Amino acid sequence: MSAVGSAQNAPGQGGPAVLGAGTSGAAPRRRSLTSGRGGLWFVLPFMVVYAAFLLWPLVYGLGMSFFDTSLISSSQSFVGLDNYRQLLDDPQVWRTLGITLLFTVLSTVPLVLVALVMALLVHTGTRGQWFWRFAYFAPFLLPVSTVVLIWQWLFQGDFGLLNAVLGWFGIGKVGWTTDPDLALWSTILLTVWWTVGFNFLLYLSALQAIPATVYEAAALDGAGGWRRTLSITLPLLKVTTGLVVVLQVLASLKLFDQAYILFGGSGGPGGNAAPILQYVYDTGFVNYRLGYASAISYAFFLVIIVIALLQTRLTSRKES
Amino acid sequence: MATATTTAPRPLRARRAGRPEDGGIAGVRSPLWVRVALATALGVLAVLWLAPLAWALITSLKQEAETTAVPLEVVPASGFTLQAYASVLSNDNILTWFLNSTVVAVLVTVLTVALSAAAAYGFSRTQFRGRGVLFALVLAGIMVPPQILVVPLYRQMLAWGMADTMAGIVLPQLVAPAMVFILKKFFDGVPRELEEAARMDGAGSLRVFLQVVVPLSRSILAAVAIFVFIGAWNNFLWPFIITSDPGLMTLPVGLVQVQSSFGIRYAQVMASAILAGLPLVVVFMLFQRQIIRGVATTGLGGA
Repeated sequence: MSAVGSAQNAPGQGGPAVLGAGTSGAAPRRRSLTSGRGGLWFVLPFMVVYAAFLLWPLVYGLGMSFFDTSLISSSQSFVGLDNYRQLLDDPQVWRTLGITLLFTVLSTVPLVLVALVMALLVHTGTRGQWFWRFAYFAPFLLPVSTVVLIWQWLFQGDFGLLNAVLGWFGIGKVGWTTDPDLALWSTILLTVWWTVGFNFLLYLSALQAIPATVYEAAALDGAGGWRRTLSITLPLLKVTTGLVVVLQVLASLKLFDQAYILFGGSGGPGGNAAPILQYVYDTGFVNYRLGYASAISYAFFLVIIVIALLQTRLTSRKES
Repeated sequence: MATATTTAPRPLRARRAGRPEDGGIAGVRSPLWVRVALATALGVLAVLWLAPLAWALITSLKQEAETTAVPLEVVPASGFTLQAYASVLSNDNILTWFLNSTVVAVLVTVLTVALSAAAAYGFSRTQFRGRGVLFALVLAGIMVPPQILVVPLYRQMLAWGMADTMAGIVLPQLVAPAMVFILKKFFDGVPRELEEAARMDGAGSLRVFLQVVVPLSRSILAAVAIFVFIGAWNNFLWPFIITSDPGLMTLPVGLVQVQSSFGIRYAQVMASAILAGLPLVVVFMLFQRQIIRGVATTGLGGA
């Protein structure tokens, strides 16, 4: 992933999940042969880009958060912790953070469960493997704009497919993107459709890594299909589930793209679908208050780190 | 991997247990009703997941006036037409954005793979002062969500004169610490004998890397490349922030801008949405196996 990578599932960004693996140092023996010289030159090009476009903005942004930096005026003064003090009293910060956390919880549950069901079903070996994988994974490959344009059309009140289908069952029209109570749910629906294929793949490859001998032994002992699923497959998927949940929570917390485009930047009816990253965007790029926007970014970063640490503690405790 | 453990006694057991590699629920010997139920569940999910795409495609092939017919029609009265695609493609902007997206995605992929692979090799196989500290720094970078950096990065790019430039779009996307981590883990597992043989022959580090290590690592490099390409082609936030010149926009950014100018011309909106999504979907149809393996291996950080 890149420093400014796609906001989709943001796979590979799951820091805590991968940090656990050891970093083996080169063996000191036969050093003259194995460890070539000029190592710094291999590392340097990456480190230059890394320093310029990740480390420096990280430090620079932290600095900005202590100033009342604005995009429109060049004068700025040091305000210390004022920005941070202000955000604690800013109801919009708490509201958008609440929406983000709500979205994270409500989207992670279906994104993990549906992916698990899909993977278990496909793994049964029912004919048409290529087709099932295509159907479940293809949406993940679409750009967010394509996804949102398609769903805006499905959600459309008078001519949209969803309301037409509801009509067949005698259910009246629903304001998918106009009803304040539904806006966040519509965002969740779209997100599940779009990104569940990624978790599905992670589960599927975990299933395929379970040695066939385990099932053979169980079958010899007379365990039927359901029995094998319940007492072998699901327990073996515990570790994978831990990783998928951690990655999904981190990805869901970063909600912005689809919510922003779906509601044309308005945050949805009554602002009910505005995540905190949209508040950062609005503060920085609509109201030009870059210093305050940075402060909100870093406060949110702190929240993400705390959630990530809590999750890693929970999953590692479960494993041991 | 999974099959390596079973060798000789396998056929006999396999016959008794049905097809155990099929997994837990439906071996060949499952009752018919179980197999029918499973296929039905798979089918229902597939219909639900493909319906939005199918409906977008159908809409894009209709006359503009017929897209809003009530009750909705799957096959329009006057038949299907490619009119919407013709209008969309006659819009110069869309072709420009398509080209921009391709250039950005290819540049980001090639450069990211090159930078990350070289760095990973350096961390895995060479000795220099500060190696441990630098690698720890790279690992820490995996924790930083790109979205957090958008505000300072934008101001930095303004100051460096890189706002609204190709360099401004591409450069920040090259930082992929997670990919360095994945590749280092792979290089750590590559046996050193071949490299040593090449070194004995007098090859320098760079030649060993390019002529011995890179060919051995084709599959993991392809996996990383696939992953990076998908991310770059679909990236919205950063190109959206850094470009205001329509001539520099990528497809995902341009589409959102043009949406309003299409108004309620749904056939054209769907046609443009499909054109933006098509390339990766077609590539996926051709290389499903490789892409699935690539995403699965990189997705968990190489775990």
